[in-house]
Parts: sequence; C-alpha cells; structure tokens
Amino acid sequence: MAPPPLSPNDAPLLRVRGLRIEFPTRRGTLVAIDDVSFDVARGEVLGMVGESGAGKSLTGAAIIGLLEPPGRIAGGEILLHGRPIHALPPAEMRRIRGRHISMVFQDPLTSLNPLLTVGDQIVETILTHKPIGEQAARRRAVELLEEVGIPAPDQRIDHYPHQFSGGMRQRVVIALALCADPELIIADEPTTALDVSVQAQIIALLRRLCREHHTAVILVTHDMGVIAETADRVAVMYAGRIAEIGPVREVVKQPQHPYTRGLMGSIPVLGAGSRRLVQIDGAMPRLTAIPSGCAFHPRCGEAFARCREERPELLAAGHARAACWLYAGDNAAERAR
Amino acid sequence: MNAPPVTPLLQVEDLRCTFDVSKPWLNRLIEGEPRRSLKAVDGVSFDITRGETFALVGESGCGKSTVARLVVGLYQPDGGRIVFDGEDPAQLDAARRQKLRRRFQMIFQDPYASLNPRWRVDRIIAEPIRVFGLMREDAQIRRRVAELLTLVGLSPADGTRYPHEFSGGQRQRICIARALANNPEFLVCDEPTSALDVSVQAQILNLMKDLQDEFGLTYLFISHDLAVVRHMANRVGVMYLGRLVEIADSRTLFEQARHPYTRMLLATIPDISMSGQARPAAQGEVPNPITPPPGCTFHPRCALADERCRREPPQLLPAGPARHAACHAVQEGRDAAPALRHDTD
Amino acid sequence: MNTQPHNRATPAVPPDEPVHTPSLLARMLDSDLWHSFVRSPVTVVSAVVALLYVLAALCAPLISPQNPFDPATLDLMEAFTPPLQANAFSGRTFWLGTDAQGRDIFSAILYGSRVSLLVGVAAVSFAALLGIGLGLMSGYLGGWVDALIMRIADIQLSFPAILIALLIFGVFKGIVPPELQDRVALYVLIVAIGLSDWVQYARTVRSSTMAEKNKEYVQAARVIGVPAPLILLRHILPNVMGPVLVIATIGLALAIILESTLSFLGVGVPPTQPSLGTLIRVGQDFLFSGEWWIVLFPGLALLILALSVNLLGDWLRDALNPKLR
Repeated sequence: MAPPPLSPNDAPLLRVRGLRIEFPTRRGTLVAIDDVSFDVARGEVLGMVGESGAGKSLTGAAIIGLLEPPGRIAGGEILLHGRPIHALPPAEMRRIRGRHISMVFQDPLTSLNPLLTVGDQIVETILTHKPIGEQAARRRAVELLEEVGIPAPDQRIDHYPHQFSGGMRQRVVIALALCADPELIIADEPTTALDVSVQAQIIALLRRLCREHHTAVILVTHDMGVIAETADRVAVMYAGRIAEIGPVREVVKQPQHPYTRGLMGSIPVLGAGSRRLVQIDGAMPRLTAIPSGCAFHPRCGEAFARCREERPELLAAGHARAACWLYAGDNAAERAR
Repeated sequence: MNAPPVTPLLQVEDLRCTFDVSKPWLNRLIEGEPRRSLKAVDGVSFDITRGETFALVGESGCGKSTVARLVVGLYQPDGGRIVFDGEDPAQLDAARRQKLRRRFQMIFQDPYASLNPRWRVDRIIAEPIRVFGLMREDAQIRRRVAELLTLVGLSPADGTRYPHEFSGGQRQRICIARALANNPEFLVCDEPTSALDVSVQAQILNLMKDLQDEFGLTYLFISHDLAVVRHMANRVGVMYLGRLVEIADSRTLFEQARHPYTRMLLATIPDISMSGQARPAAQGEVPNPITPPPGCTFHPRCALADERCRREPPQLLPAGPARHAACHAVQEGRDAAPALRHDTD
Repeated sequence: MNTQPHNRATPAVPPDEPVHTPSLLARMLDSDLWHSFVRSPVTVVSAVVALLYVLAALCAPLISPQNPFDPATLDLMEAFTPPLQANAFSGRTFWLGTDAQGRDIFSAILYGSRVSLLVGVAAVSFAALLGIGLGLMSGYLGGWVDALIMRIADIQLSFPAILIALLIFGVFKGIVPPELQDRVALYVLIVAIGLSDWVQYARTVRSSTMAEKNKEYVQAARVIGVPAPLILLRHILPNVMGPVLVIATIGLALAIILESTLSFLGVGVPPTQPSLGTLIRVGQDFLFSGEWWIVLFPGLALLILALSVNLLGDWLRDALNPKLR
C-alpha cells in the first residue's frame, strides 16, 4: 500500500491542547485529565503509559469521542488536521470514527459481535465508509484478514468470533480497525488480555501495519516493555497529567522525571538478577485528593517548596520534556546534581 | 531426580488432576456427546527446600495455578502425592490435617476478590488466629493484628476500615498480613502481583523478599511473568499444558534455557533495555487443553520437532547440572539449532 | 521515592488518607443507597405511604373508631351507611361507610391490613429462609444435591403459584379435623404461600453462591480449614443478601396479593379474621345492588399497599444493580 499523500501543510495529524476531562459526581467534580497537550505526527507510534487511574485510556476515549457519560471534555481542544473534533455533533463524530480514527480495545471477545461472522462485520464496516460494492468489500475483507496474518482467510472469513483463538481474534479486531484506512488507530491495551507468547506477535503485527500503511498509532498500555518495543515517542502519565514526554529511547534509558525514574527502576529486568527493586512508596493519589502543585510531590524524594505550591509545565529535560521543577532554568544547580 | 542432601519441605510426586468439563447430563444425553475431561495437571513432580523460592511459570491454562491449589488442598488430586515435611495430608485424620494446615498459607492473585467485602480488615486478619485457636483473648488478638498490619506497612488504625477503602496494593498487603497471621513456614503465592501496577508490584515483591528474610519463609511462587520470576526465585519449573517441561536453578534457566518452549518464552519478553536486537517471534498459540496434541504437546509450535516428538511424550530427564528437561531434542543433543522458526512479522 | 535498599520488613508506607471511622448513621446518610433514595420522589412517596400503612395497621386498635370484630360494637341498624353520610337511625357518620353488618369499613380495612401484612411478612420470611438455605446448599455443594433441589424447583415453577397454594390448602383441609381448621388456617396460609414462593430465592441465592464460592476470599478461608457451614454462614451469606432483599420486597407485594386472592376465593383466613381479600370477597356481593363502597375501599387499600411496596422493590433493585448506576 502506498502511503496516503501528505497534505500541503506540515501540521501534525493530531494535536491535543490543554485537554481537561471532568466527571461531575455528587461529591463534587473530579478532574480526571488536567491540561494535557501533545501532538501525533503522521505514521508515528505514540505510547501512552501510566498506572491504572492515570487517565491514559480516558485520553484515548476522548480523542475518538467515546467518553462515557458523565465524563465530559471541560476544556482544551483536539484538532485533527487542524480541524477541531472535540465538540462535533455525534453524527459527524461517527463519520470521523472509523474513517479517520479507529480503535482497538483490550478484550477482543467483547469488541466483536458474537452473532455475526467476522466477514460480515468487516464487510459491513467497509461498506459504511467506502463507496464500493459488496463483492469488492468481501474481497477487501479477505485481503485484510490475510494482511493481519490469519491463515486461510478465504475460509476463516465465514467463521464466528468464538471459533478463533484469543490472538487470532485480536488480529480480526485489528483488521476491523484497518477497514477504512484510518490515519490514526487508538490501541487501548491491545495485548493485555493475551498470553505472553501471543503478545509479542500482536506487537510485531501492529508495528508492521503502521509502517506499511503509514498509520499513526496511539498505544495506550501499562506495560513499559510493550512501549519500548513499539513506540517512537512516549508520554508518561501520572494522576491525569503528562509527567514526561519524549523519544522512547531517551525516556526509557534516561528517564528525567523522578516518577519515570522510579517507574523504570521498579520493573524487574531479566539481566539484573534479583537485586532489590526501586520502590516508589505510597500510591497514586485518588482523583478526589490530587495534591497541590506537582501531583507527584508527596512521593518524590527530590521535592522542594516550589513543587508543593506551583504546578510545573512541561520543561525541556534532556531530549525529552518533563513536568518537573528540577528542570526550570533557576534550578540549573539542582539539575547538575 | 537426584536426592537433595536435606529433606525438602515440600515434595510433590507425579501429581495429577483432571477436571470434568462435560456438558450437563441432560445435554449429553440429548446431543449424544461423551464425557470430556481436561488434564489440568498431568504427572508433575518437584521438591521445594526450606527457605527457597520455587517458581512455576507458564502461560494461562498450563496448570500452574491448579498445582498451587492442589498443594494447599483446595483441589483433591486424582493421582500422585503431596508430602509436606514428611507428612501426607491425605493420610492424616481431620485434627492432624488441621494442625498441618497451620504451617502453610496462600496469597491470591486478585486483591479485589480475596478479601470479604463485608468484613472489617481486623476481622479478616484475625480469622486464621481464631480458626487455629492461636489466641483466646480479644485484646491479645487486637495486639497481634496491629503488629501484622505494621509488619506489612499499614497502620494499626487501618484495621477498622473495610476493604473497599484501600487501593489494590494496600489490599495485597492486607492479604499478606492475613497469610502471616498463623506464623506459617510455607507460602503459596498464586500470581500475587499480576493484578497490580508495576510500581506497586515492586513494593509487594520487596515486601515479600523482606518477609522471607525475616521469617525464613519458603515460597511456591506462581507467575506468568518471567522477569518477576527471575527476580524472586531460586529454582524455576516451566509448565506447558499440565506438564513440567524444564526445571532448573533460576540462573541456569535464564542464562541457558534448553527446552524450546522455555527459549520461546524468554524470547517473547519485551526488550526494555532496548538493545535493538531483532527477536525471533513466537509461533502459534497454546492448543486447547481438552484435546492436546499427541506426543510432546509442544511439537506443533517447535522448530526442532521430528517424528519421535509427534509420537512419544518426552520424560523429564536430567539435562546437565541442576537441570531437568522434558525434550527429545535436548536428550538427543539436537537442540543446538535455533529453536524458533523466524516469522515475517 | 526510596532508592535505598533497606533490610527491614516494614517499608514506610503511610496510609494515603487519615483514618477516621464515621458513625453508622453518618455512613448511612453518606451512602450511595441513601442518595439514590432521596433523589427519587416516587420512591420517597411510596416509602412514606408504606410506612404509614404499616404504622396504621400496627396501631389499628388505637386509631380505628370501632373494633370491627367485636359483635358488641356492631349495630345492624347502621348497616349499608354510605361514606360521609349520617346514618338515618344513629346519626353517626362513617368516613368510608359501613357494610351489611353495620361494620365501619375504615376500621375493617385497618384490621384487615394487619392480617394481610402479617401473612405477607411471615410468608415471605418463610419462603426466604427456605429458599436461602436450599440455595446456599445447592450452590455450594453442587453435584447431585444441586441437581435434586433445582429439579424440584423446576417442577414447581411449571405450576402457577396459586395452584400450589391451593393444593397445599386442599391437603390441609383433608388432614386437619374441621374443629381445628379455623385456628390453624392462618399458619397454613403462611406455609402455603411460602412454599409456593421459595423457588426464586433458591435460584438467586444458588447463582450468587456459585459466583461467590469461587472468589478468592472463600478459598482463603478453605485454605485454613474453616468448615463449610461456617464459610456459608459467615462469608457467603452476607454477600448474597443484596438480591434476596430485592426479591423479598417485591415478593412481599406478591404475597399480599396472593393472600388476598386466596381469601377472595374463600380458602384463606377464616371469616372471623377477615383480611383485605376477605373484605373484597364480601363486598363484591353488594357491588350490583349499589353499595359500591364496601368493595371499592378495601380494593383501593390493597392496591395502594401492593403498589407502594412494589415501587420500593423496583427502586431497590435498580439501586443495588451496579450496571445501572
């Protein structure tokens, strides 16, 4: 497949600016995502990593317009090709979904309709988005299944989801996401429900498809290993904010934000034997009690007065950007330490 | 297996467990289907020495959790023996079995399901103390619960709260406190951190190591995560479809795995050090355990499989120092070739 | 962050919130259940109505103008007095009129509600106890015990509840000597309604028990050798009671209606202790001779009672269902 022609302006494919997501509850409004900004370039794999409750899945859901009520976008903007899509009416958003942005969920079993053959589901999706006939759509469906590595696709196309194994089912879901040649795929924990030996296959598949189709991917996961293998850039989220964002190699090998450093150190590594793991004491704050200033300061060994009072912006830190006052200009001395 | 110099704390010999997965009687009658059974554990033997951590690792459905549940008596084996410190619980009368139970405990995977949501934390932790009749007076029990809470890094005041008020990591600490309440020597840990975030996992793994050092605990550690197993275990058994395929010292296993399945598992771990080396991708998926392949059950995914592998199930035999492997290729010395077919993915 | 290796078994992890244990009342007023309750006006109204009803029935001897079952207080001359009209002979006025024996309908309803509520509550308790017990055993033990209990339940479910109750009543009439029948009729009615209704408790409890028994907190108790009866009682039972509460509330309305139906058919409580159903049966004789109030008011009373309890049950079902929250 040839990559789609680049549009004349060199703006990023997706631009998220100051995104804020709120959940009104009877005990007050919870701010689940607070002032999150990032770009996704064409054909790029952006990893979004964080622990449960960090807001990584919510960010993905907001971009594709599938935020579960009562959650709502309370501020900021999401621009696709420079065009705001965060406040589109549902009908228009549906056209964007699938055609421009599609989604791969964690559990392949629940994202397929168990009563329809996989072929029916793929053909239906193709027909929704493309002006082609049913025969052509079916041929395209077989091609897609072959592309995602399903053996004997011309027979498997008439099978029902339960006749596929977990890994094969996730391949079908990926084929479904590719139906309309979207420019962006949001993959929310696509390997979490799979066995370890199958995870690696799915990661390799995602990488290859993204390269061949020149499709951008936002890969939402809690697994730093998957990010290291797959992503070009990574955004580390903490308590609804981006703690650090940068090229994956830099962030993984030389994390700058104290949280990222702790996170990387807490991952058991094969080569390291049984040394004691680095431990970040405490737990991520609940949304009801996000600390003032930098949300990480109560758990941070390097916090100082400013961290408690003032929320840090993303500041240049090495080759990445980190939301940490250690990297403010007047803290150069601290940084040198 | 060569006899270790000291008597092991736990000996598992030729353990077998089969589950009936047939449809209900009426359905079988009408649809004319035979009974179907699943050999969850199919002849597993291993020893655990006092003070060590023995890990069982494998993909879902390999039977590792079933072994854990057989060891603590949650399931009854269909064959084989479990001997704990020279005593076989199956041979004991109820009173002596209960006395033996006091010496082991279990930690479960899901910290959200392993605490009774209607019980206060102090009651949860005190349950083993009361069941085994270790203490009679309420004040004494209260002191012990406070001590246990402190031991696992919680505050004694947390005892008055309910499980839903705690995060996943804190709940797992409560589970550990409950497991330590009857001063066990042996802990069976079934995926104790796989439901937790990595930073919380680090806290729990560190805590478990500290407790092992402090109380001389012996662990049977079940996990699907090889990096966690490498971090925790002294010895490792790799399971595939109900059988042990390789068993070795942790170091030996992770540095020079010999069984093709172990090598495949090791190759699937995402490379977090970003060495940039291309890894051979794993092939295929675990087959349905109700209808496992004949011969060596791994042969459909194995690049080294030959006629013998398809026909004859391999035995777990010594394969070098401190290592046993169940593989014809290893025994025949033809495992030097790359064990994995390279995939285009 | 703590990068220093330390050898103590107690990493310093402060609890993330200060510990305070609020009082039971404070916890209740802050619970999701209470909030969903006060946010639903229909539920509040039905709760108030049901509560007033129960209070009125309990205090019937104190608030009713006459004791409708004491023949000494009845005056045949006051028979068939329409509501809110003065009786031609005694000049007394009755809110809801009187019946053929000069009995005040309002008082009769209050006393009748006592019987209806008593039978309803007792029958539901009996059915719930039986159903919970059998459901727990069925779900926890499985195997042939489960098969046996569930087949009995299936067979019973293929008959309408009223048929079962009638059948039990028929058997009772056959074996109890006639002079005792009036005295024990109330208890037989309770047993008959209870036996016709245990199945849904058993089924619900069985399926919840099967889900709970595989949860790890139950396994943790089994690992330390807690005997099965204690596991059922202390661990599983408290965790399966939510759905039972819902069924019991809706079941109360159904039991009251079933009791009225049986009494209406003449097989229920003896005429000396009329329930709402008995009042309706007696009243319908006069429907076509123009004395509409004799049947209308007991009917309305039954409707209001059943409706308010039912609405409460509906709300409870929705409030306890996590999927609808």
